[in-house]
Amino acid sequence: MRVMLMRTCLSEAVAPSVWKSSRRVLERCGVDVKVPRAQTCCSQPAWTAGHPDQARAVARHTIVVFSGPEEVVVPSGSCAGMVVHGYPEMFKGQPEEEAALDLARRTIELTQFLAKHDLDPGRGSRGPVTMHDSCHMLRVMDESQSPREALAKAGCEVREMQHTDRCCGFGGVFAINFPELSGRLGEEKARAAIESGAREVVSCDLGCLMHIVGVAHRQGIPLRARHVAEVLDR
Amino acid sequence: MRSRVPHAHRGRGAPAGNPPARAPRSRGARQVSTRKRRGDGGVAYLDVQGTLRERTVDALRDRTLRGNLDSATTSWGESRDAMRSDYGLDEMRERAREIRRSNIRNLPALLSEMQAKVREAGGTVVRAVDGAEACRYITGLAQARGVKVVAKSKSMATEEIKLNEALEDARIEVVETDLGEWILQLASEHPSHIIAPAVHLNREQVAALFREEAGTDDVPDDREGLVAHARVRLREKFAEAGIGVSGVNLGVASTGTVCVLENEGNARLVTSQPRIHVAVMGMERVVADWDEAAHILQVLPMAAIGQDAANYVNLITGPRRDGEADGPEEFHLVIIDGGRGALRGTEFEEALSCIRCGACLYSCPMWRSVGGQAYGSPYSGPIGAVITPLLEGPSSPASRDLPFMSSLCGACGEACPVGIPLQDLLVRARARSSSPATRKSGMAFRAWSRLWRRPSTYRAWMAGWRLMLRARGKDGWATDLPGPGAGWTQVRDMPTRWPPRR
Ligand code: SF4
Repeated sequence: MRVMLMRTCLSEAVAPSVWKSSRRVLERCGVDVKVPRAQTCCSQPAWTAGHPDQARAVARHTIVVFSGPEEVVVPSGSCAGMVVHGYPEMFKGQPEEEAALDLARRTIELTQFLAKHDLDPGRGSRGPVTMHDSCHMLRVMDESQSPREALAKAGCEVREMQHTDRCCGFGGVFAINFPELSGRLGEEKARAAIESGAREVVSCDLGCLMHIVGVAHRQGIPLRARHVAEVLDR
Repeated sequence: MRSRVPHAHRGRGAPAGNPPARAPRSRGARQVSTRKRRGDGGVAYLDVQGTLRERTVDALRDRTLRGNLDSATTSWGESRDAMRSDYGLDEMRERAREIRRSNIRNLPALLSEMQAKVREAGGTVVRAVDGAEACRYITGLAQARGVKVVAKSKSMATEEIKLNEALEDARIEVVETDLGEWILQLASEHPSHIIAPAVHLNREQVAALFREEAGTDDVPDDREGLVAHARVRLREKFAEAGIGVSGVNLGVASTGTVCVLENEGNARLVTSQPRIHVAVMGMERVVADWDEAAHILQVLPMAAIGQDAANYVNLITGPRRDGEADGPEEFHLVIIDGGRGALRGTEFEEALSCIRCGACLYSCPMWRSVGGQAYGSPYSGPIGAVITPLLEGPSSPASRDLPFMSSLCGACGEACPVGIPLQDLLVRARARSSSPATRKSGMAFRAWSRLWRRPSTYRAWMAGWRLMLRARGKDGWATDLPGPGAGWTQVRDMPTRWPPRR
């Protein structure tokens, strides 16, 4: 089986270990992983900030880079959601509509991909973690079970926190536009996470993790953060 | 004059008859919040001060508000979740969505049918293009009939068209008769929730307001006592009122009936006691027939606060007929366009399906954190952030920031019983905003777009960013990023290596 891996811009900018771990996890499952070098970003920042033309310009590039028959695996519920749910809306009535729909059909989040093909990354994992259901993974990709299954298969104990389905307050440009409100929600999330008894919060979305762990660090809450791919990889 | 509600930081339970003054805020705090436009008369229309962000900061400081919102939203959410499984709310939602979509598609025909049926029943129908026209009609009617006191009930539409203010200008007394609305009128505030306007206040705060209004300490502060007190005070007003103004939850075209849902029984008095009943309805609130009405009237209270039925469902068709024991002598239905008609056939059309249940409000993490007041518009929460800018125009202050006050978490769309994709509409509303801030971010994103559509420039940018991050970082964390990162590091640190160090 051959797939294309989307690196995601956040991973490249802050945490390359996320996409590298994703590739290793997939390869351990016997998947042939192609990481297109020309890829940039799914264009979500511009789209959600209300600049559809600028977003389309970047998304067109992404559609070209990821053209082909393979499934496109994304280690982010949010970026995957952008392609799966956002592209069809973004390119409605545009020349690229067919290609956008095709990409949307082939795109899948990492743990969903593992579940869909019944793949087992199989490796023991240290210590209990708590899982933050990122909003886009939960409500756009309609998914909460696959990451938990993958973690369980890897021998990792998940201690559920209270209100794991509530937004952490990241929200892309929202975090910059309304820092106080965003920070308050992040603090609630960090406290719920640490109260679960786990010391480490895991999520399928790096943006949420950066935000939660950033608030925690500022507030002196001793919380660690790992992307689900990193936990599966260790 | 500012809000007179005794919030916690201003000292709870201040003595009666002595409005607690707002205590000086901590240094650097702005007195934003809301301010009443006129000094007397107790009308709940407000000027909004400060930017939206300042108002959210102000609200976040208010611990009492936070507690009040938390307890209410948690209990509503739990009741609604119970409904979801007991009654199959999710399946009911599909049908509700279809009904409302077809209503909006057939709106002109449904409205003509409604109009004809109301006239047949002996009522008067007025189509108002905007709020000003609606207000002119209602004040004119009051003046023509020599009415001095107007009793009001349950209406977001009158909040939208600023009817209270118009009546006041014409020297006509307005009394809000729903408990929550009356509390707000006393507090000089505006509603913070579509169906529970005073949800942001607690019992002690309400008791203090009542004592002040009554000019006596002799007001009980338990729930029943407060309701009983309000009932007595308000009944006195019903006797005086010449016109009762109500909102409309649904208009049923096939019979010309207006439905008004409520839990207190005051709307029943407002629509039957005064000589004249004026019902104010947004033009989109019409359904075709009773089959559709029955479904929506069921879904509405379930989605709203997890109630299986509203306590009172008032169904009103025209004025009192010969031989009937009660009801008004005159019935007027004012149907407001106010920018709604223009939304049909646009990418925002679905917003017209809204049945104003309020579910999206309390499912929204932003609304739960700051309450409805901070939005500074009659409609708050996700639906408010979508429709206020639409009704007020793309260059209005509302369109500048309201659609941006969302993390796009999607909880609103999930909660909406008529399946409005609120998060998509929020994104579209952002794209429509033509404020200076949006133009500025547009420039930034044009640059971004040019860099990020080409792998070479993208790589160069990434390399530069990582260098900057490393240079700024100390012990693996950056605490003061420049440029757009400044907003980030205002409340949180940025890990400069991953996994982040503890
Ligand atoms: S948008 Fe939906 S959830 Fe919000 S008030 Fe309207 S009907 Fe209710």
